[in-house]
Amino acid sequence: MESPVVRVDHLALALNTGEPVIDDISFQIAPGEILGVVGESGSGKSTLALALLGYTRPGVAFRAGTIAVGGESVIGRDTRSLRELRGKVVSYVPQDPGGALNPSMRVGDAILDVLRAHRPQASGDESLTAALARVELHRDRGFDRRYPHQLSGGQQQRVTIAMATVCEPPVAVLDEPTTGLDVLTQDRVLAELLRLRADEHVAMVYVSHDLAVVARMADRILVMYAGRVLEAGPTSTVLEHPQHPYTRALVSAIPDVRQPRALRGIGGVSVGVGDWPPGCPFAPRCEHAQPRCESSLPSLEATAGHHDVRCCRWQELALEQAQETSARTQFGVPSGAALLEVSRLEARYQSQQDDRPAVRDVSFAIEPGECVALVGESGSGKSTIARCIAGLHVPSAGTITFDGRPVKGAARVRPLDVRRRIQIVFQNPYQSLNPRQRVHSSIERPLRILRRLSQDAARHEVDGLLERVRLPARLAERFPGELSGGERQRVAIARALAAKPDLLVCDEVTSALDVSVQAAVLELLQELRVDLHLSMLFITHNLGVVACIADSVLVMDNGSVCETGPVNAVLNAPANDYTRRLLNAAPSLSHERSPVDHPAGLKVTAPVRPL
Amino acid sequence: MRRTLGAIVALLAASILIFLALQVLPGNAASAVLGRNASPRAVRILERQMHLDQPLATRYVHWLGGFVHGDLGDSSVALAQGATHAPISHLISGPLKNSLILAAITAMLMIPLSLGLGVLAAVRAGKPTDHLISLSSLAGISMPEFVIASLLVAVFFVALRWLPPVAIVPPGGDPLSAPKELVLPVATLLLASLAGGIRMVRAGMVEVLQTEYVQAARLNGLPERRVLWRYALRNGLAPSVQVLAQNLQYLIGGIFVVEAVFGYPGIGSTLVEAVGNRDATLVQSVAMLIAVAYVLINLVADFLVLLLVPKLREPA
Amino acid sequence: MKERLRFLRRPSGAIGAAILLFIVAVAVLGPLVAPHSPTQPLGVPLSGPSGASPLGTDYLGRDVLSRLLYGGRSVLGLAAAATILAYVLGLSIGLVAGYTRSLVDPMLMRSVDVMLCFPPLLFLLVLIAGAGSSVAVLIIGVALVQAPQVSRIVRTATLEVSVRGYVEAAVARGERAPAVLVREVLPNILGPVLVDAGLRFTYSILIIASVNFLGLGLQPPNSDWALMIGENRSYLAVNPWAVLAPAAMIAILTIGVNLTGDAVARSLGRSYVPRTVRSVAT
Repeated sequence: MESPVVRVDHLALALNTGEPVIDDISFQIAPGEILGVVGESGSGKSTLALALLGYTRPGVAFRAGTIAVGGESVIGRDTRSLRELRGKVVSYVPQDPGGALNPSMRVGDAILDVLRAHRPQASGDESLTAALARVELHRDRGFDRRYPHQLSGGQQQRVTIAMATVCEPPVAVLDEPTTGLDVLTQDRVLAELLRLRADEHVAMVYVSHDLAVVARMADRILVMYAGRVLEAGPTSTVLEHPQHPYTRALVSAIPDVRQPRALRGIGGVSVGVGDWPPGCPFAPRCEHAQPRCESSLPSLEATAGHHDVRCCRWQELALEQAQETSARTQFGVPSGAALLEVSRLEARYQSQQDDRPAVRDVSFAIEPGECVALVGESGSGKSTIARCIAGLHVPSAGTITFDGRPVKGAARVRPLDVRRRIQIVFQNPYQSLNPRQRVHSSIERPLRILRRLSQDAARHEVDGLLERVRLPARLAERFPGELSGGERQRVAIARALAAKPDLLVCDEVTSALDVSVQAAVLELLQELRVDLHLSMLFITHNLGVVACIADSVLVMDNGSVCETGPVNAVLNAPANDYTRRLLNAAPSLSHERSPVDHPAGLKVTAPVRPL
Repeated sequence: MRRTLGAIVALLAASILIFLALQVLPGNAASAVLGRNASPRAVRILERQMHLDQPLATRYVHWLGGFVHGDLGDSSVALAQGATHAPISHLISGPLKNSLILAAITAMLMIPLSLGLGVLAAVRAGKPTDHLISLSSLAGISMPEFVIASLLVAVFFVALRWLPPVAIVPPGGDPLSAPKELVLPVATLLLASLAGGIRMVRAGMVEVLQTEYVQAARLNGLPERRVLWRYALRNGLAPSVQVLAQNLQYLIGGIFVVEAVFGYPGIGSTLVEAVGNRDATLVQSVAMLIAVAYVLINLVADFLVLLLVPKLREPA
Repeated sequence: MKERLRFLRRPSGAIGAAILLFIVAVAVLGPLVAPHSPTQPLGVPLSGPSGASPLGTDYLGRDVLSRLLYGGRSVLGLAAAATILAYVLGLSIGLVAGYTRSLVDPMLMRSVDVMLCFPPLLFLLVLIAGAGSSVAVLIIGVALVQAPQVSRIVRTATLEVSVRGYVEAAVARGERAPAVLVREVLPNILGPVLVDAGLRFTYSILIIASVNFLGLGLQPPNSDWALMIGENRSYLAVNPWAVLAPAAMIAILTIGVNLTGDAVARSLGRSYVPRTVRSVAT
């Protein structure tokens, strides 16, 4: 390999109070290579990314190891000399582009600022034009004169990429750069980045929790968990033949639109700083764990061809069968009276400046026991529809019929049994539960209001409900603040189930959760659906999830339905162009990687397997 | 544009409030002026002079109309004392000028000091400089003007005999001719309003310094000076303008007590005296005047903010 | 409970709380330990400290120390009542405005904006000019002055909380607005709303004290601290204690409140600064 542009040796960072944040991280990056760093919350991946720029959060310090970027050491420099490296040798692309741009500065000037900081003699004009052209924000269309708020999310991110490449640094660190973007925009930005790498030979450290995105971008992958590397190697090898139980579990937890299958979550909670168990950090959640895993930390061993793994049982486990993917369950949908019928629904928002409503002329039906998915980008109106059905938003036109009878818009005026039989679970688990009330109190409320149970009867049922969502009964006395995101979401589901509903509306219920937790929650929902014969209206922007759990799907764009039908049909043979674009842009583990991706007309190379 | 309209509406509402507070609340205005021992006949005469026999709405329109044209009505007390005509506008022109001088001097000191010390404390947040500034300003906002005034007088007059305890300017005289007399009133007003200003500027700046774009600028290797000036301060300025406007208003509020303490013949002490005398018309017009000044400060501040924040120039 | 007392670990919090306790003790228990009557003249007016009268006598010959011990109740009581009333008013208006979000909201807020057109002290003076100076006028006046700002903060907090999952879940259950407000919204806005309660309390104290000082509030022979300062300030040179002692008391009270409030706010991670009433919508 040519001399590596990034070289990290046994890096360790810890809190000032002593608890380690990351430990024993070593890797090298060749010029023009993309390293993907994958991990969930608490894995330390962002800390690692920022450390490459010599930055540590207040309260965190370098403990051991070295970092060399472009041949220069990073640790031990004072702020002034670090400034010479940042932007010139190693640059940074942040997660939230809107927040990362100075709101009172035109973007062209902001880019020039970075240029002038490192190359005072360079011709600003030429470099600016070149930098903007590189990200397809051409100066002759006035992009350099715009303020950040006049650009879309994707354009803002391209500006930050321009800032990161204007001084042509050999390596760029990207911290979840597309997480806040729509799938279509994400696709374009990723293509942009790949092209930059091809043209400019920029090495990249791409940090993400999204394994599918990393699969497309990275040449090599580093899998991090609780501050340590559990597995590292070339992308294709790691994803196709994962050696570590965690990697295997991650791969099978990701809903993939091209490989729909039953998802398997990882039990337990992810490990945060200060909670590191002795021995292997993944042992408490690992289904292959043995006593020796919990007592001593395995070291990183090489398997074949630059593929390292940190597991004391990797050889034994490799002999076992590769992860079997079980087919997802298909439900026979009994035809008969539809449980819910939506006809020509229209909904507006009060402060709407323009005349276009958020939802226009939407019609669909849900049969008993069926799971209907509503999929679309943000702003497509899918959440609004969910809210209309739940009684939180009054539609401006159209009808909603439940069990044969029309229902009014606002929940307040609906009859009790309708309110009981339609329940909703929200996206943000951290705001779903009243922080001032204990868990049992939140669950009791629908029992008392919608099923008219007495206080004692209600309290009694709470335990059964907690068990139903696989939560220990002792959580009933806790406050939501003491629970993790996944646990809170389960409590929210328990609260919805308390009413004994027939229809469960799930509004992006897993979007805010870690991948492993997401799979577990989806698994739970599937189980409940079968056991309780629930119908579900599942709102999501993730086509992979749709492929794995829904029976029929509606694709929404800008308030109207583009396409609808059984999941099989729509995903395999989309009739609508928008649907096709969404499918192409959906990140997938089996997405064939090409050296240069073309933003338009990307073909789906792997066929979607039939269900 | 919309703001100006809103301001005018608010002022109108304020004028109604003031008017009602004075004319409708218990206590007949005329008899209040004359005192309890006044003869019914004297009361009736005064009533007629104060137009109290006319319906409420007419009186209001009359007053407001006059106000807008510069005619602030006649002082009830003066009328009671036999004068046929005692235009308030004449009565207060002198005191108004004096107050403006006092306020202007204090403002000219307060604005740069608030900005400077507030920004300094924010940039050095957590360090000793910041602790010193923050704690002293915390003490500063805790003390009413008259306490500050008393303490200053106790030190600089009683103990040191350096400065006079009062700032009596003869009617028609020029307060600037006796600068020594102005020192303590200005100092009192300054200390009282500076503390609040520093704290609010500091809070605003701390918030800006913690934004993502400031951190991103640092991660891009920009020199610290540039980051502070163009990224932090420039964006912290807009909220600071509003903070300073609020502080100017606070300053105006402090004038009453400070003028009363030092015997300074300004509009504040005039008002206090008028309240003591239950001079309804005088209180009414002066209060309205001050309200107008108050609202004007807000309008100017809003305008400046629009200049500074490009995002607000677009329709929402 | 232990969480709530965390602020005591900061030096400013501990000192502030100690000061506060001291002052409240003086104000509440003062009259029980006062050596002389606060209204009967004791000796020669404006005489200096002596055995019988450790702080000397005031301009009417009354014992300064005794008047000091009697004088705390009025300002504390009035300010507390006014502040509580301000919060009651502000909460009612703010909750309704923030929750209904219909036409009621701008109407309420515009009407509340009127109060922001003049200095608080001015409003109080106008009120006194019209209605005389009585305890009721003082309390209601100060409450009316503070209520608009409180209602703004309450409204903003309510707007934020109303869109959270647990509130919407309650709405979806068909619960009525009052139940939702009391059970789900109110407990969760109290934190941000009460963060600067200390500042508001101080503000009430300052306004009431200023009015008393000017002689337009509580009337003699009341031994209110601010009134004492007002009465004796011309004689600062003769017996400075008649002015400095009550001045120190007021200063200590407000500094104590603010130190404690600041420490509490910081231990909750918030800032103890009056939020600008009209904030920039960045």
